[in-house]
Amino acid sequence: MKLSLREKIVNQVILAMFAVFAIVPLLGVLLSSVTPSDENTGGFAIPSRLALENYGEAWTRGNFGVYVISSLIVTTAVVLLTVVLSILAGFAFARMRFIGSSVLFYVLLLGLTLPAEAFIIPLYFNMRSMGLTDSYWALILPQTAQSLAFATFWMRNQFRSFPGDILEAARLDGARDIRVLWQIVVPPTIAPIMTMAVLITMWTWNEFLIPLVMIVSNNLRTAPLGLAFFQGQHVTDYSLLAAAGVMVALPIAVLYFALQKRFISGMVGGISQR
Amino acid sequence: MTALHSVAPSEETATATLTRAGDHAQAVRARRASGSRRARRSRVAYLYVAPAFLVFAIFLGVPIAQTVQYSFYDWNGLGTATWVGIENYLRVFEDPQLRDSFAHAIVLMAFYALLPVMIGLFLTALISRSHQMRSMSFYRTVLFLPQVIASVVVATIWVAIYSQNGLANEVLRAIGLADLTRVWLGDYDTALFAIGLVGTWLNIGLCLVLFLSGVGNIPPELFEAVRLDGAGRVREFTAITLPALRGQIAVALTLTVVSALKTFDLVYITTRGGPGNSTTVPAFEAYNRAFNTGQVGLASAVAVVLTVVIVLLTIAISRIEPKDVE
Repeated sequence: MKLSLREKIVNQVILAMFAVFAIVPLLGVLLSSVTPSDENTGGFAIPSRLALENYGEAWTRGNFGVYVISSLIVTTAVVLLTVVLSILAGFAFARMRFIGSSVLFYVLLLGLTLPAEAFIIPLYFNMRSMGLTDSYWALILPQTAQSLAFATFWMRNQFRSFPGDILEAARLDGARDIRVLWQIVVPPTIAPIMTMAVLITMWTWNEFLIPLVMIVSNNLRTAPLGLAFFQGQHVTDYSLLAAAGVMVALPIAVLYFALQKRFISGMVGGISQR
Repeated sequence: MTALHSVAPSEETATATLTRAGDHAQAVRARRASGSRRARRSRVAYLYVAPAFLVFAIFLGVPIAQTVQYSFYDWNGLGTATWVGIENYLRVFEDPQLRDSFAHAIVLMAFYALLPVMIGLFLTALISRSHQMRSMSFYRTVLFLPQVIASVVVATIWVAIYSQNGLANEVLRAIGLADLTRVWLGDYDTALFAIGLVGTWLNIGLCLVLFLSGVGNIPPELFEAVRLDGAGRVREFTAITLPALRGQIAVALTLTVVSALKTFDLVYITTRGGPGNSTTVPAFEAYNRAFNTGQVGLASAVAVVLTVVIVLLTIAISRIEPKDVE
């Protein structure tokens, strides 16, 4: 069915208006980050020159080198742990029969909707008594636990659609389950595994509450936590704040532009399947 | 929720798996009693599930149960805890500040959920059969972008926008409403409203992307048919688009309502619940009372009430969804 020209124009105008609404604050922060400090009042203005030195200054004054490394360590560990554990668990839920499987699965699903507030308070005191607060473990383990609900659910759905006769054939050849899984099931499933890994990367990198509660030391702070403290110290230094904000958001934004289809299909698909 | 379909391993494959050299002893045992074969299968499955489940249980499952336990005690986080029964829960409903925090969450729901869903549906109604538009993917990318930016960064951006000379006031001055300008986040009357608008900004794109993807699944012939019947835009929307989008509306409502109730990062960065208590929300109260004012039991009760509200609303919203048969 052909759209009339008028309809096409109306569609474009409406979409463009809302696209502008979505993007203006983000363009504003980019603009602000290259505005010289002395002419930045927090508003939306074209700078007299590109003050790229804001980035260097925010990086050193805000200690962001340390924070980004923290974030990288935590995010890498959480993604790797979550991927391996969820592949194992997802395979069992999808392809094996065992007593209590539906109960266990529904318990895991709880993690999909519960707010972090439901577990963070006792978790902090448990970690403290184990002497784990203020360490990477205090970030990696809880965030892995948080990611596992979605990841296991996602992997189970992927493995359920895997052709059963291939599995049967492999088993008849005498391959053990674990080899069947890693050599026959995982390789063709690599695309959805990547999608899941990308989403967990985003959630872990952006997490704020868990680091806020668990971390005291400056050198263990993750990028968002570092930004929050930096914001508290430089409330009106808009140029520095904007540069710092761009640096914290950039890794995930770049990932998003490179893999936007994965992001959107993962977020829309992963949630819609519930 | 979907039912579990598991593939039952046939008898032969179980034996085939077992009769590898390393498993000889087990194979002998398996032949001895056919019942234990299935039991072994079952045991293997537990080995696959165990690592994930242990991490989940230790760092999430058990603490959830402990939150409920904590909520019946009066504890400052250091000394001894005293049992107080349901007193903390009574305080959640009696303490004006805590009551307000839940009221604020309801206000935020209007901004985070109702407004974006309404606007999203309105736009979807205006944009007819957008899946035929080539530029759609560009718009989808842009509209979805706020969703992937860290909330701390989003908060920092909006603090600048709402500041004395920020974008919000610049726009007002430009359209001749200079006497309306103020520091939006520092004003008792507008701070909550300002935080709510950030939620609207965040969620409009999400709703629109969801709805448009749903419209893309509607067979074009349906639209052709109603058009031939001479139906107008409104009729077309209520007869075809809206019913087809029930699933997407349920998903959008679930996500946005839950995000409104979970609001923490934004409030923490922008206002810390202030000015006064005008922007405090349950998640912030739970955090603040547990880790700053030493009311761990009360904080846990707030967390439990918040969790129950989220679960109940999620269940209620899922009733909208058409029961799909897999």
